[in-house]
Amino acid sequence: MHEVDMTKCLLISLNEWRQRRDDPTAMVETVHLDVGRFTCVEPDQLVTTYNAAVQGTWLDGSRLTITDIPFVGRCLVCNSTYDPVPETAYRSPCCDHPLEEIVSGRELRIRSIDYRSTTGAALESGSIQRMR
Amino acid sequence: MHMPLEDTLGLNLLAANQHQAEHNHEHFQAWNVLCLNLMSSPGAGKTALLERSLPALAADWRMAVLEGDMTTQLDAERLEAVGIPVVPITTGRACHLDAAMVSGGLKLLKQRLDPAQLDLLLVENVGNLVCPAEFEVGEHHKVALLSVTEGDDKPLKYPLMFRQADVVLITKVDLLPHLPVELAAIRRNIHSINPNATVIEVSALSGEGLDSWHQWVRQALADRTADVTSAAHAADQSPALATA
Repeated sequence: MHEVDMTKCLLISLNEWRQRRDDPTAMVETVHLDVGRFTCVEPDQLVTTYNAAVQGTWLDGSRLTITDIPFVGRCLVCNSTYDPVPETAYRSPCCDHPLEEIVSGRELRIRSIDYRSTTGAALESGSIQRMR
Repeated sequence: MHMPLEDTLGLNLLAANQHQAEHNHEHFQAWNVLCLNLMSSPGAGKTALLERSLPALAADWRMAVLEGDMTTQLDAERLEAVGIPVVPITTGRACHLDAAMVSGGLKLLKQRLDPAQLDLLLVENVGNLVCPAEFEVGEHHKVALLSVTEGDDKPLKYPLMFRQADVVLITKVDLLPHLPVELAAIRRNIHSINPNATVIEVSALSGEGLDSWHQWVRQALADRTADVTSAAHAADQSPALATA
């Protein structure tokens, strides 16, 4: 049940966001995540865990929405992109080449936060620096 | 008025773990310690491998083990018998080690010895082919073990683990004569998902292939020393902040 640990990581980042914003009127409505298909995350479990974890906290009432990012590989022989599947051992169907380049699917990203605020200072955006 | 607003973050979901992993890694660099993260399904032979590898490497290298074990200290007791310092990290019900748990293990290790006196730190992760692949602990290399008894399809069923691994050890190869498993099929499936993986076949029971594995470890240790030497040289050229 690693979604619990992932939720803990998410809440740490959201708490840091709140501290940096220094705006007690900020009310988070929706947290948008991008989650790739080639991760060990089960989106439904992450939402369930999040909903349980935020109860009674400043994030109570907020929603987690997850955008599914497809798993796409690129064949380095012919340069075409493809959907890597276990039936073909994740190799390219065009040239039977191993999975070398992953175009997408490894995303585990907090994309954005929708929130409401009564203070003008909150209008500036991008207050958390990109860590990695 | 409550203004509806959007803040674009583009932040790693696991940023909190990543941050701690980077902190651990800085310590390893400062101590000049190579850290290997050993991962596999339960029973693939991580502890058995260490029971053979630790004595073989002990003549030339100073080592310690951080032992992730869900509720018992059985593995730690097996390894202590070999004479290498072992810090058990009892993870409770967690299915993987995360960077904070390893950081806690390092604090316990520091109570027993000076980590800067070590060459190699082996982290034996919790037996699980799923989530340990997603949680960095600050290691230099990920080592995945796959025993021949698990079947040749495991790299396809748990692709992330075998994609993330730098080295895959195919273990228990002494059992191959008794199994309807083709070594070539295991190798092909690993290389299909991760063409850059180093694959080494070993048996902790017969000793087959252990020399190749130990040679890989020795090379990684040699590369580590070279990295630190060149980093120290670069630091001489432009003095940098040295905080760990």
